Amino acid sequence: MLLPGPLRNIIRGSRAGQPANGQPGSAGPGQQLFPSRNAAGQESGTSRPSRGLEEFFNYIRGQSGLTILDLGGATQQNVTFITNLGHRLYSEDFLQLLNEAFGVDGIVDQSNPGRIDYFLRQALDYPEHHFDGVLVWDVLEYLAPALLVAVVERLHKIVRPKGCLLAFFHSDDKLEAVPFYTFRIQEVNSLQVAQQGLRKPAQLFNNRGLEKLFGQCESVKFFLSRDRLREVIIKA
Amino acid sequence: MWNKRREEEPPKPYTPQTVAPSGPAAPAPVAPSSVEVKKEATPVSSTPVGKFDSENRGNAASIGKAVKVVGQIFSKEDLYVDGTVEGTVEALEHRLIVGPHGTMQAAIKAREVTALGNIQGNVDAAERIEIRKDAKLVGDIRTARIIIEDGAYFKGSIDIIKPEPKPAPKPQAPAAAPAQSSAPANTAPVAAGPEVKR
Repeated sequence: MLLPGPLRNIIRGSRAGQPANGQPGSAGPGQQLFPSRNAAGQESGTSRPSRGLEEFFNYIRGQSGLTILDLGGATQQNVTFITNLGHRLYSEDFLQLLNEAFGVDGIVDQSNPGRIDYFLRQALDYPEHHFDGVLVWDVLEYLAPALLVAVVERLHKIVRPKGCLLAFFHSDDKLEAVPFYTFRIQEVNSLQVAQQGLRKPAQLFNNRGLEKLFGQCESVKFFLSRDRLREVIIKA
Repeated sequence: MWNKRREEEPPKPYTPQTVAPSGPAAPAPVAPSSVEVKKEATPVSSTPVGKFDSENRGNAASIGKAVKVVGQIFSKEDLYVDGTVEGTVEALEHRLIVGPHGTMQAAIKAREVTALGNIQGNVDAAERIEIRKDAKLVGDIRTARIIIEDGAYFKGSIDIIKPEPKPAPKPQAPAAAPAQSSAPANTAPVAAGPEVKR
């Protein structure tokens, strides 16, 4: 039976999102997890210029053999683009792991230290200074304060000094729910953005809040785009 | 007359076409044993060949979905795994297909890997790897070319390696003198099919 796209994705997501046996955050019977960010069926992507991405590639331009972490899950375009530049790519579907650990829209308390520790082991268990760059995309918006601080701290640890992170944050602080996207790299300065749905952000930031959040990093640079998506380049 | 029912033919019992064993005793089923088990051109399968039409697997040897193998598999032909494999799989010059029901907790080395099921372990695919929709791969990949379909789940690293240029064919020696083999004398004969070691 051919199901409509969104329904198919929900069903797919509930299957793909099941964690390993006995892990915390396991979905109970009938509880559907959020679909994978790369779920097929919603391919209506639009192209948008990205100064943040351009800045990110300016940083890694002329070098090869760097180690890049992509937290948006594996997509063909990103894998091809990064590896064609001669870099090694690590891929994590951060949102899916978040859903597995805490449920959709934070069903489970995101400030529980045990779960935070479990989540970090699942998603960001890498040696110190392992990465030269991290494509964070928009995933940090969905983290409650305690988890966010732990994640940023871990990111700061696993990125080598002077390494670069690219993160996106919505700049409209009146939003109840923000669209979440799949970001596919088209060029060094342009992205194909496919909206996958709406999701309630755990918190929204202004520039000051972001500077404070990444206070331990060397620098934070903002690029405000027309669609009220703030692109942020963080140098570790 | 109209209500006369035709007598239904009794169902024929399933008689799989098997090759009569050449030896005096029939081959024993695969069982845990410390003795090395070699299978020559005999697919390890619990399902009749031809049921997996979703993937064109040609004449690949197959491990059916009700089969679990723990140990090492060395294959000299294409291999289709729809069951469970724990250990290592080597099909250096051939293609490995992990079917939709396949679950592999194994280090994999093959010329080409196509994943439709679940793989947990590092994959070294000399030519290419395809991770299809609904497949799940957790592990590090080394390959010359990677194809990831939307909907696939991948966690790990990707190293793109340049394919090694194939050596130019050497001119054939004019004399028919047998070449001195540098291999040790006790080298085991190469099996034609997948070889299962425990």
